[in-house]
Amino acid sequence: MNATEIELSEFREDVSSWFSENKPSNPGFLLPETFMEVGTDSQFEFLRDWQRKVYEAGYLGMAWPEEYGGRGMPQVFQDIATQEMASQRLPFMPNTIGLNWAGPLILKMGAEDDKQKYIKNILSAEDIWCQGFSEPEAGSDLGNSQCRAVRDGDDYVINGSKIWTSLGTYAKYMILLARTSTGGTNKYAGLSYFLAPMNVEGVDPKPIQKLTGEYGFCQTYFDDARIPADCLMGSEGEGWNIAMVTLTFERGATGGQAGGIASMELNINDVVELSRRAMRNGKPAIEDPHIRSQLVQLMTESTGNQLMAARAKIPALATDWPDAIPMSGKLRGSELKRRMCQLAVSLQGANGARFVSEEAIDGGKWQRSYFNSFSGTIGGGTSEIQHNIVGERVLGLPKS
Amino acid sequence: MNHQIAFSDEQAMLLETAADFCRKHSPIETVRASLNADQIDAETWQQLTELGWLGINVTEEFGGLGLGLSCVVPVAESMGRYLMGSPYIGAIIASECLATSGTRGQKEEWLPKIVNGAIGSMGLTETNGSWLLNAIEAQAVVQEDVLELSGTKCFVTDADTANFCIVSVNVEAKARLVLVRREQIPDENLRREVVIDETRRSYQLDLDGITVPLDQLLKGSDFQALEFASLLLLSAEIAGGLVGSIHCIVEYLNTRKAFDKIIGSYQALKHPTVKILLDLEAMRSHLYHAATKLAEGNTDEAEVALRMAKAHGSAAFSSAGDRAVQFHGGFGFTYECDAQLYLRRALWCQYQFGDEAYHRRLLEPMLLDQAG
Repeated sequence: MNATEIELSEFREDVSSWFSENKPSNPGFLLPETFMEVGTDSQFEFLRDWQRKVYEAGYLGMAWPEEYGGRGMPQVFQDIATQEMASQRLPFMPNTIGLNWAGPLILKMGAEDDKQKYIKNILSAEDIWCQGFSEPEAGSDLGNSQCRAVRDGDDYVINGSKIWTSLGTYAKYMILLARTSTGGTNKYAGLSYFLAPMNVEGVDPKPIQKLTGEYGFCQTYFDDARIPADCLMGSEGEGWNIAMVTLTFERGATGGQAGGIASMELNINDVVELSRRAMRNGKPAIEDPHIRSQLVQLMTESTGNQLMAARAKIPALATDWPDAIPMSGKLRGSELKRRMCQLAVSLQGANGARFVSEEAIDGGKWQRSYFNSFSGTIGGGTSEIQHNIVGERVLGLPKS
Repeated sequence: MNHQIAFSDEQAMLLETAADFCRKHSPIETVRASLNADQIDAETWQQLTELGWLGINVTEEFGGLGLGLSCVVPVAESMGRYLMGSPYIGAIIASECLATSGTRGQKEEWLPKIVNGAIGSMGLTETNGSWLLNAIEAQAVVQEDVLELSGTKCFVTDADTANFCIVSVNVEAKARLVLVRREQIPDENLRREVVIDETRRSYQLDLDGITVPLDQLLKGSDFQALEFASLLLLSAEIAGGLVGSIHCIVEYLNTRKAFDKIIGSYQALKHPTVKILLDLEAMRSHLYHAATKLAEGNTDEAEVALRMAKAHGSAAFSSAGDRAVQFHGGFGFTYECDAQLYLRRALWCQYQFGDEAYHRRLLEPMLLDQAG
């Protein structure tokens, strides 16, 4: 099926009017900006209802196969729907791990039964997914995961703990990286990958208080938790490779995600808009030469960052280091966001020192955004690890 | 259709050919041999003329290919990549200047010659170092059918070899452009300048005592078109230079050992090198975006894109050159180390047609003060 320009522009109009007619009204509380910041039941339920509504309207998983709950359409339709959600600044799809990482992974490598069982409920937000990769003693260093999975009859018995499990208390399933073998010299070869249920005895997700003072992450404890042996994905020992495939979805290096926005995007124009309202020494911050220069610099960086997506589609312009753009997406985006938030706080004069409260500018959302932006620069492999990855795999420098 | 970045088959072909050409004709030994040279490399000039590259932006009416400036970008980028010190960019700007501001007669006389290898050069800057193209002190006084020139122009590249220079002068208090033929310039009016990039052959041109026929005054004075073309090609040269400096750094980081380890394994060197790579990726994106907007004729968008490209590139390339020297350690402090070649080229590019602070300042009202 090949979509014509006319079909696409008609489709864009339909999507655009559906979203503007159906967008949720103001919930009356500050919504989280990403799935990593869902801290209350009312925030969660609001977002889950919204995802279900978008899926039922047909604007999620459009390019996923029909037999599993998608619509089997060309990717371009989903891209248009996703762009509309972003441009209308709509709330995000909370089942982020399911839609963007677990779902594409199952479609790519999963067994037929898994596809039948999981995909549709990922799209409808019926089954929320979480991720069990990082551990308290192994942050960005996944290969050192110590959480154990021991085969016992028809089950695996899990012991250990995972950290930074977003939506841990709401999730029905976890993509879990656990150690099935401790022998051998290759630490990676002992790892296995599970599509693990959360609602079994011995699994205990405990909310963690973040630097913002809010909740949104868990540390998930496993205490002799028994999960069925058929939760194993692939075979024992393949966990590292499957985790790496998952991370390519996470880092945006390949397509295949269900679509839909995963966060309320903050862009530099929001900061410019803030600088018109926020006062600095009696004048709008935008009149301060120092602030003006910093805004223009970040706008230039932000434009460069956006343009990379367009340029990456032209292979003739990416010959020296073809993977530089796809491999650096998370690093570039998260660091830029952190610096934009920093500027948004620093332009507020003395009010920069306020935090979430009535007196703060915009209720303190900029300070909260700045603190939360570290989830991007730390989660999914810290920026420092990302520099190593780009340096080693793109530039060919030796391992650190 | 409105593209963020358009890249044509012609551009792709030129990029491939130019990269190959510059790799062959400008290996680092050749670049070194050319430092502070008296003459241009006539053989290379002849070959790139035969390839038709001097006519890429010239319309077919005057013997060119009519592909526009955006097709010159891949050539300028490749030259930057291999640090070629060619009169090429100056010549292209001169032909572009004639095309946008010249009289019919001037175009008919010079454009076909340029396509066939005549060299043009631009004299826009003065000793005060200002980047404002129309804030100049050089004068031309009309005396019947001649112009009497006075004043001094700087950074006139390859002025001794060039067949003509186009200089900016005030005529009746308005900044105008005048074409001066090489034979109208007495040798003693040209003085070689000591400039930071030794691949450049830069001259000070003393206009005092030079008289040219009135018909050498250009009809228009489109300084904006002139600035845009210059920013585009300088940005292309910068993008290429960044690629070259990264290769220079990575090669050393992958061979040099310290404390029993290849130094590229040290994060103190690896991480900033990645930053330079990402700066390059942004730069190339800005560059081809600017080329696209300029080709579309969207002046407002093109101006923003060009100033962003030059601002980003000026800062990124000079910082890449700076780190290239530092990362070579003691060797980096020597003239023998190639890192200095990139640093010198970067500083030259940074201070031509406005550095990053200058362009950011000009971007401020465009980006921040519009209604809404």
